[in-house]
Amino acid sequence: MGTPIWKITCQVYRQKDGETAHYDEFAMEADPDEYVLDVVERIWAFHDRSLTFRHACHHSTCGACGMRVNGVEKLTCITPIREVTADGGTIKIDPMRNFPVVSDLVVDMGLFYRRMELVGHQPVLPVTEAGVIENSRRPQDRDGQEQMLRLADCIECGLCISACPIAATDPDYLGPAVLAGAQQNGLDRGRHLLEIVDHEEGVWRCHSVYECTAVCPSYVEPAWRIMDLRKQVVKTRFKRLFQPKGK
Amino acid sequence: MDESLRKPPPRSWVQAWFDPRRRDLGTFAFVLNRVTALGLTLYLFLHLIMLGNLARGPEAYGRFLETIEHPVFVFGEYLVVLAGLIHGFNGIRIALTSFGIGVPYQKRIFVALMVIAAVAGVIFGVRMFAV
Repeated sequence: MGTPIWKITCQVYRQKDGETAHYDEFAMEADPDEYVLDVVERIWAFHDRSLTFRHACHHSTCGACGMRVNGVEKLTCITPIREVTADGGTIKIDPMRNFPVVSDLVVDMGLFYRRMELVGHQPVLPVTEAGVIENSRRPQDRDGQEQMLRLADCIECGLCISACPIAATDPDYLGPAVLAGAQQNGLDRGRHLLEIVDHEEGVWRCHSVYECTAVCPSYVEPAWRIMDLRKQVVKTRFKRLFQPKGK
Repeated sequence: MDESLRKPPPRSWVQAWFDPRRRDLGTFAFVLNRVTALGLTLYLFLHLIMLGNLARGPEAYGRFLETIEHPVFVFGEYLVVLAGLIHGFNGIRIALTSFGIGVPYQKRIFVALMVIAAVAGVIFGVRMFAV
Protein backbone atom coordinates (compact mmCIF):
# COMPACT_ATOMS: atom_id res chain seq x y z
CA MET A 1 0.00 0.00 0.00
CA GLY A 2 1.40 3.40 -0.96
CA THR A 3 1.71 6.37 1.32
CA PRO A 4 -1.63 8.17 1.61
CA ILE A 5 -1.62 11.68 0.24
CA TRP A 6 -3.90 14.25 1.82
CA LYS A 7 -5.42 17.23 0.08
CA ILE A 8 -5.21 20.19 2.42
CA THR A 9 -5.69 23.94 2.25
CA CYS A 10 -3.04 26.20 3.72
CA GLN A 11 -4.10 29.67 4.77
CA VAL A 12 -0.89 31.64 5.04
CA TYR A 13 -0.57 35.04 6.71
CA ARG A 14 0.82 37.63 4.33
CA GLN A 15 2.02 41.09 5.17
CA LYS A 16 4.70 43.03 3.37
CA ASP A 17 5.97 46.36 4.58
CA GLY A 18 3.15 48.89 4.73
CA GLU A 19 0.52 46.47 3.44
CA THR A 20 -2.62 45.41 5.23
CA ALA A 21 -2.37 41.84 6.52
CA HIS A 22 -4.36 39.16 4.71
CA TYR A 23 -4.34 35.40 4.14
CA ASP A 24 -3.45 33.62 0.91
CA GLU A 25 -4.88 30.17 0.35
CA PHE A 26 -2.91 27.36 -1.26
CA ALA A 27 -4.38 23.98 -2.19
CA MET A 28 -1.66 21.48 -1.37
CA GLU A 29 -1.09 17.75 -1.41
CA ALA A 30 0.79 16.48 1.60
CA ASP A 31 1.98 13.27 3.15
CA PRO A 32 0.40 13.29 6.63
CA ASP A 33 3.74 12.30 8.12
CA GLU A 34 5.70 15.16 6.64
CA TYR A 35 6.09 18.37 8.56
CA VAL A 36 4.37 21.72 8.31
CA LEU A 37 7.67 23.36 7.33
CA ASP A 38 7.98 20.98 4.35
CA VAL A 39 4.61 22.21 3.07
CA VAL A 40 5.53 25.86 3.64
CA GLU A 41 8.72 25.28 1.66
CA ARG A 42 6.73 23.72 -1.20
CA ILE A 43 4.38 26.72 -1.21
CA TRP A 44 7.44 28.94 -1.62
CA ALA A 45 9.08 26.65 -4.21
CA PHE A 46 6.11 25.94 -6.46
CA HIS A 47 3.42 28.55 -5.77
CA ASP A 48 4.75 31.85 -4.50
CA ARG A 49 8.42 32.78 -4.40
CA SER A 50 7.61 36.02 -2.59
CA LEU A 51 6.62 34.15 0.59
CA THR A 52 9.13 34.81 3.35
CA PHE A 53 9.76 32.56 6.35
CA ARG A 54 12.70 31.53 8.52
CA HIS A 55 14.17 28.05 8.68
CA ALA A 56 17.53 26.36 8.88
CA CYS A 57 18.23 23.02 10.54
CA HIS A 58 14.99 21.05 10.04
CA HIS A 59 15.55 19.13 13.28
CA SER A 60 14.48 21.45 16.12
CA THR A 61 17.94 22.69 16.96
CA CYS A 62 18.16 26.16 15.45
CA GLY A 63 14.76 27.45 16.64
CA ALA A 64 14.25 29.46 13.45
CA CYS A 65 10.96 28.05 12.17
CA GLY A 66 8.65 28.97 15.05
CA MET A 67 5.18 29.92 13.78
CA ARG A 68 1.58 29.64 14.88
CA VAL A 69 -0.19 26.69 13.34
CA ASN A 70 -3.96 26.85 13.76
CA GLY A 71 -3.40 29.45 16.46
CA VAL A 72 -0.93 27.42 18.50
CA GLU A 73 2.81 28.08 18.68
CA LYS A 74 4.73 25.27 16.97
CA LEU A 75 8.22 24.55 15.77
CA THR A 76 7.09 23.74 12.25
CA CYS A 77 10.03 21.47 11.42
CA ILE A 78 8.85 18.90 13.97
CA THR A 79 5.08 19.37 13.67
CA PRO A 80 3.61 16.59 11.52
CA ILE A 81 0.73 17.45 9.23
CA ARG A 82 -1.46 14.72 10.79
CA GLU A 83 -1.09 16.42 14.17
CA VAL A 84 -2.71 19.66 13.00
CA THR A 85 -5.28 18.72 10.36
CA ALA A 86 -6.99 15.85 8.54
CA ASP A 87 -7.46 14.89 4.90
CA GLY A 88 -9.47 17.71 3.29
CA GLY A 89 -8.74 20.00 6.23
CA THR A 90 -7.22 23.44 6.55
CA ILE A 91 -4.04 24.66 8.22
CA LYS A 92 -3.81 28.29 9.21
CA ILE A 93 -0.22 29.51 9.46
CA ASP A 94 0.56 32.78 11.22
CA PRO A 95 3.76 34.46 12.36
CA MET A 96 4.56 34.40 16.06
CA ARG A 97 2.72 36.92 18.21
CA ASN A 98 4.33 39.55 20.40
CA PHE A 99 7.11 40.24 17.91
CA PRO A 100 7.02 42.92 15.20
CA VAL A 101 6.25 41.32 11.81
CA VAL A 102 9.02 41.97 9.29
CA SER A 103 7.45 40.21 6.32
CA ASP A 104 4.85 37.42 6.08
CA LEU A 105 5.94 34.75 8.58
CA VAL A 106 9.20 36.46 9.57
CA VAL A 107 9.29 38.39 12.83
CA ASP A 108 11.92 40.74 14.24
CA MET A 109 13.62 38.91 17.11
CA GLY A 110 16.42 41.45 17.63
CA LEU A 111 15.18 42.73 20.98
CA PHE A 112 14.61 39.19 22.22
CA TYR A 113 18.14 38.09 21.32
CA ARG A 114 19.57 41.22 22.95
CA ARG A 115 17.68 40.45 26.16
CA MET A 116 18.97 36.87 26.09
CA GLU A 117 22.51 38.24 25.85
CA LEU A 118 21.78 40.65 28.67
CA VAL A 119 21.05 37.81 31.10
CA GLY A 120 24.12 35.90 29.94
CA HIS A 121 22.31 33.07 28.23
CA GLN A 122 24.82 30.98 26.28
CA PRO A 123 23.08 28.30 24.28
CA VAL A 124 26.35 27.15 22.68
CA LEU A 125 30.04 27.55 23.42
CA PRO A 126 33.18 26.30 21.67
CA VAL A 127 33.88 22.92 23.25
CA THR A 128 37.25 24.12 24.55
CA GLU A 129 35.61 26.98 26.47
CA ALA A 130 32.89 24.76 27.84
CA GLY A 131 35.43 23.05 30.09
CA VAL A 132 34.62 19.52 29.04
CA ILE A 133 37.90 18.74 27.26
CA GLU A 134 41.50 19.82 27.57
CA ASN A 135 42.32 23.13 25.91
CA SER A 136 45.21 21.54 24.02
CA ARG A 137 42.74 19.60 21.89
CA ARG A 138 40.79 21.86 19.59
CA PRO A 139 38.35 19.61 17.74
CA GLN A 140 37.15 20.93 14.44
CA ASP A 141 34.23 19.94 12.31
CA ARG A 142 34.52 18.95 8.64
CA ASP A 143 34.50 22.60 7.53
CA GLY A 144 37.45 23.43 9.76
CA GLN A 145 35.27 25.38 12.19
CA GLU A 146 35.74 24.89 15.88
CA GLN A 147 33.13 22.52 17.27
CA MET A 148 30.46 24.02 19.48
CA LEU A 149 28.79 22.41 22.45
CA ARG A 150 25.18 23.01 23.34
CA LEU A 151 24.97 24.11 26.97
CA ALA A 152 21.31 24.82 27.43
CA ASP A 153 18.12 23.32 26.16
CA CYS A 154 16.60 26.67 25.15
CA ILE A 155 16.92 27.07 21.37
CA GLU A 156 15.76 30.71 21.48
CA CYS A 157 12.80 30.00 19.19
CA GLY A 158 10.61 32.61 20.91
CA LEU A 159 7.50 30.40 21.02
CA CYS A 160 7.11 31.02 24.76
CA ILE A 161 7.09 34.79 24.23
CA SER A 162 4.47 34.38 21.51
CA ALA A 163 2.21 32.29 23.77
CA CYS A 164 2.51 34.56 26.82
CA PRO A 165 -0.54 36.82 27.39
CA ILE A 166 1.54 39.18 29.52
CA ALA A 167 4.08 39.72 26.74
CA ALA A 168 1.10 40.50 24.50
CA THR A 169 0.08 43.56 26.46
CA ASP A 170 3.42 44.59 27.94
CA PRO A 171 6.25 44.83 25.38
CA ASP A 172 8.69 45.74 28.18
CA TYR A 173 8.17 42.42 29.99
CA LEU A 174 11.39 40.41 29.69
CA GLY A 175 9.43 37.26 28.91
CA PRO A 176 9.71 33.56 29.77
CA ALA A 177 12.80 32.58 27.74
CA VAL A 178 14.85 35.51 29.05
CA LEU A 179 13.91 34.82 32.67
CA ALA A 180 14.58 31.10 32.15
CA GLY A 181 17.99 32.05 30.75
CA ALA A 182 18.70 34.11 33.87
CA GLN A 183 17.63 31.20 36.07
CA GLN A 184 19.93 28.81 34.22
CA ASN A 185 22.77 31.26 34.57
CA GLY A 186 22.09 31.69 38.30
CA LEU A 187 21.87 34.95 40.24
CA ASP A 188 25.14 34.25 42.03
CA ARG A 189 27.02 34.53 38.72
CA GLY A 190 26.39 38.20 38.23
CA ARG A 191 25.18 40.95 40.53
CA HIS A 192 23.67 42.78 37.55
CA LEU A 193 21.31 39.85 36.94
CA LEU A 194 19.47 40.50 40.20
CA GLU A 195 18.76 44.09 39.19
CA ILE A 196 17.52 42.95 35.77
CA VAL A 197 15.14 40.24 36.92
CA ASP A 198 14.00 41.69 40.29
CA HIS A 199 12.07 44.36 38.51
CA GLU A 200 8.45 45.17 37.70
CA GLU A 201 9.10 44.05 34.11
CA GLY A 202 11.03 41.00 35.28
CA VAL A 203 10.28 37.99 37.37
CA TRP A 204 7.30 39.52 39.20
CA ARG A 205 5.37 40.34 36.00
CA CYS A 206 4.61 36.64 35.32
CA HIS A 207 0.96 35.81 36.04
CA SER A 208 1.28 32.02 36.22
CA VAL A 209 -0.46 31.19 32.95
CA TYR A 210 2.02 28.40 32.08
CA GLU A 211 1.48 28.75 28.32
CA CYS A 212 5.26 29.10 27.94
CA THR A 213 5.80 25.63 29.33
CA ALA A 214 2.89 24.25 27.29
CA VAL A 215 4.38 25.36 23.93
CA CYS A 216 8.13 24.97 24.61
CA PRO A 217 9.49 22.41 22.10
CA SER A 218 12.66 21.82 24.12
CA TYR A 219 11.08 21.05 27.51
CA VAL A 220 12.93 23.97 29.11
CA GLU A 221 9.93 24.53 31.44
CA PRO A 222 10.26 28.31 31.51
CA ALA A 223 7.40 28.69 34.01
CA TRP A 224 9.09 26.44 36.56
CA ARG A 225 12.32 28.37 36.02
CA ILE A 226 10.59 31.71 36.59
CA MET A 227 9.16 30.43 39.88
CA ASP A 228 12.58 29.11 40.87
CA LEU A 229 14.12 32.45 39.95
CA ARG A 230 11.68 34.15 42.33
CA LYS A 231 12.99 31.93 45.11
CA GLN A 232 16.55 32.88 44.15
CA VAL A 233 15.63 36.58 44.21
CA VAL A 234 14.01 36.38 47.65
CA LYS A 235 16.91 34.32 49.02
CA THR A 236 19.52 36.73 47.62
CA ARG A 237 17.69 39.82 48.89
CA PHE A 238 17.27 38.22 52.33
CA LYS A 239 20.96 37.32 52.50
CA ARG A 240 21.91 40.88 51.63
CA LEU A 241 19.93 42.21 54.58
CA PHE A 242 22.53 40.63 56.86
CA GLN A 243 25.59 41.51 54.80
CA PRO A 244 27.75 44.43 55.91
CA LYS A 245 27.26 47.42 53.64
CA GLY A 246 29.74 47.77 50.79
CA LYS A 247 30.15 44.02 50.27
CA MET B 1 19.51 48.28 25.85
CA ASP B 2 19.63 49.39 22.22
CA GLU B 3 16.55 51.59 21.80
CA SER B 4 16.67 51.13 18.03
CA LEU B 5 15.47 47.55 18.47
CA ARG B 6 11.80 47.29 17.62
CA LYS B 7 9.19 46.36 20.18
CA PRO B 8 5.93 44.77 19.08
CA PRO B 9 2.84 46.96 19.25
CA PRO B 10 0.92 45.94 22.40
CA ARG B 11 -2.20 43.95 21.62
CA SER B 12 -5.63 44.79 22.95
CA TRP B 13 -5.81 43.41 26.50
CA VAL B 14 -9.39 42.33 25.84
CA GLN B 15 -8.20 39.96 23.11
CA ALA B 16 -4.95 39.00 24.81
CA TRP B 17 -6.45 38.24 28.22
CA PHE B 18 -9.93 36.96 27.49
CA ASP B 19 -9.54 34.71 24.47
CA PRO B 20 -8.74 31.18 25.69
CA ARG B 21 -9.40 29.49 22.34
CA ARG B 22 -6.78 26.85 21.44
CA ARG B 23 -4.85 27.59 24.60
CA ASP B 24 -3.86 25.35 27.48
CA LEU B 25 -5.62 24.96 30.84
CA GLY B 26 -3.43 27.70 32.35
CA THR B 27 -5.06 30.30 30.12
CA PHE B 28 -8.53 29.23 31.25
CA ALA B 29 -7.36 29.66 34.86
CA PHE B 30 -5.91 33.06 33.97
CA VAL B 31 -9.14 34.18 32.25
CA LEU B 32 -11.26 32.94 35.16
CA ASN B 33 -9.07 34.85 37.59
CA ARG B 34 -9.33 38.05 35.53
CA VAL B 35 -13.10 37.81 35.04
CA THR B 36 -13.82 37.03 38.68
CA ALA B 37 -11.44 39.78 39.84
CA LEU B 38 -13.23 42.34 37.67
CA GLY B 39 -16.61 41.07 38.91
CA LEU B 40 -15.56 41.29 42.55
CA THR B 41 -14.13 44.78 42.06
CA LEU B 42 -17.38 45.92 40.44
CA TYR B 43 -19.32 44.39 43.33
CA LEU B 44 -17.14 46.24 45.84
CA PHE B 45 -18.07 49.56 44.24
CA LEU B 46 -21.77 48.65 44.09
CA HIS B 47 -21.59 47.54 47.72
CA LEU B 48 -20.14 50.87 48.81
CA ILE B 49 -22.75 52.78 46.83
CA MET B 50 -25.50 50.68 48.40
CA LEU B 51 -24.12 51.25 51.89
CA GLY B 52 -24.45 54.95 51.13
CA ASN B 53 -28.21 54.41 51.64
CA LEU B 54 -27.50 54.18 55.37
CA ALA B 55 -26.74 57.89 55.33
CA ARG B 56 -30.22 58.57 53.99
CA GLY B 57 -31.92 57.23 57.08
CA PRO B 58 -33.47 53.96 58.28
CA GLU B 59 -36.54 54.18 56.04
CA ALA B 60 -34.52 54.55 52.86
CA TYR B 61 -32.28 51.71 53.90
CA GLY B 62 -35.31 49.54 54.71
CA ARG B 63 -36.75 50.18 51.24
CA PHE B 64 -33.40 49.32 49.73
CA LEU B 65 -33.27 46.00 51.63
CA GLU B 66 -36.74 45.14 50.31
CA THR B 67 -35.54 45.83 46.78
CA ILE B 68 -32.53 43.51 46.98
CA GLU B 69 -34.69 40.60 48.11
CA HIS B 70 -35.83 40.36 44.49
CA PRO B 71 -34.62 37.06 42.92
CA VAL B 72 -32.52 38.94 40.36
CA PHE B 73 -30.46 40.52 43.15
CA VAL B 74 -30.24 37.21 45.01
CA PHE B 75 -28.86 35.61 41.83
CA GLY B 76 -26.41 38.50 41.55
CA GLU B 77 -25.25 37.81 45.10
CA TYR B 78 -24.87 34.15 44.20
CA LEU B 79 -22.58 35.14 41.30
CA VAL B 80 -20.50 37.15 43.78
CA VAL B 81 -20.19 34.07 46.00
CA LEU B 82 -19.15 31.95 43.01
CA ALA B 83 -16.61 34.57 41.90
CA GLY B 84 -15.19 34.69 45.43
CA LEU B 85 -14.88 30.90 45.57
CA ILE B 86 -13.22 30.60 42.13
CA HIS B 87 -10.89 33.55 42.69
CA GLY B 88 -9.99 32.47 46.21
CA PHE B 89 -9.26 28.83 45.39
CA ASN B 90 -7.40 29.72 42.19
CA GLY B 91 -5.44 32.20 44.29
CA ILE B 92 -4.26 29.35 46.49
CA ARG B 93 -2.82 27.62 43.40
CA ILE B 94 -1.10 30.80 42.27
CA ALA B 95 0.30 31.53 45.73
CA LEU B 96 1.72 28.01 46.01
CA THR B 97 3.19 27.77 42.52
CA SER B 98 4.50 31.34 42.52
CA PHE B 99 7.18 30.21 44.92
CA GLY B 100 7.85 26.89 43.29
CA ILE B 101 5.49 24.68 45.29
CA GLY B 102 3.72 22.08 43.15
CA VAL B 103 4.59 23.69 39.80
CA PRO B 104 4.71 20.36 37.90
CA TYR B 105 1.24 19.58 39.25
CA GLN B 106 -0.34 23.02 38.67
CA LYS B 107 -2.99 21.67 36.26
CA ARG B 108 -4.08 18.97 38.69
CA ILE B 109 -4.06 21.46 41.56
CA PHE B 110 -6.25 23.80 39.49
CA VAL B 111 -8.76 21.06 38.63
CA ALA B 112 -8.90 19.84 42.25
CA LEU B 113 -9.43 23.35 43.63
CA MET B 114 -12.11 24.13 41.05
CA VAL B 115 -13.93 20.92 41.99
CA ILE B 116 -13.87 22.10 45.63
CA ALA B 117 -15.11 25.54 44.50
CA ALA B 118 -17.93 23.90 42.51
CA VAL B 119 -19.01 21.75 45.45
CA ALA B 120 -18.95 24.80 47.73
CA GLY B 121 -20.91 26.72 45.06
CA VAL B 122 -23.62 24.05 45.02
CA ILE B 123 -23.86 24.11 48.83
CA PHE B 124 -24.16 27.91 48.83
CA GLY B 125 -26.72 27.75 46.00
CA VAL B 126 -28.90 25.27 47.84
CA ARG B 127 -28.83 27.42 51.00
CA MET B 128 -29.43 30.70 49.17
CA PHE B 129 -32.25 29.53 46.90
CA ALA B 130 -33.94 27.11 49.31
CA VAL B 131 -37.58 28.06 49.69
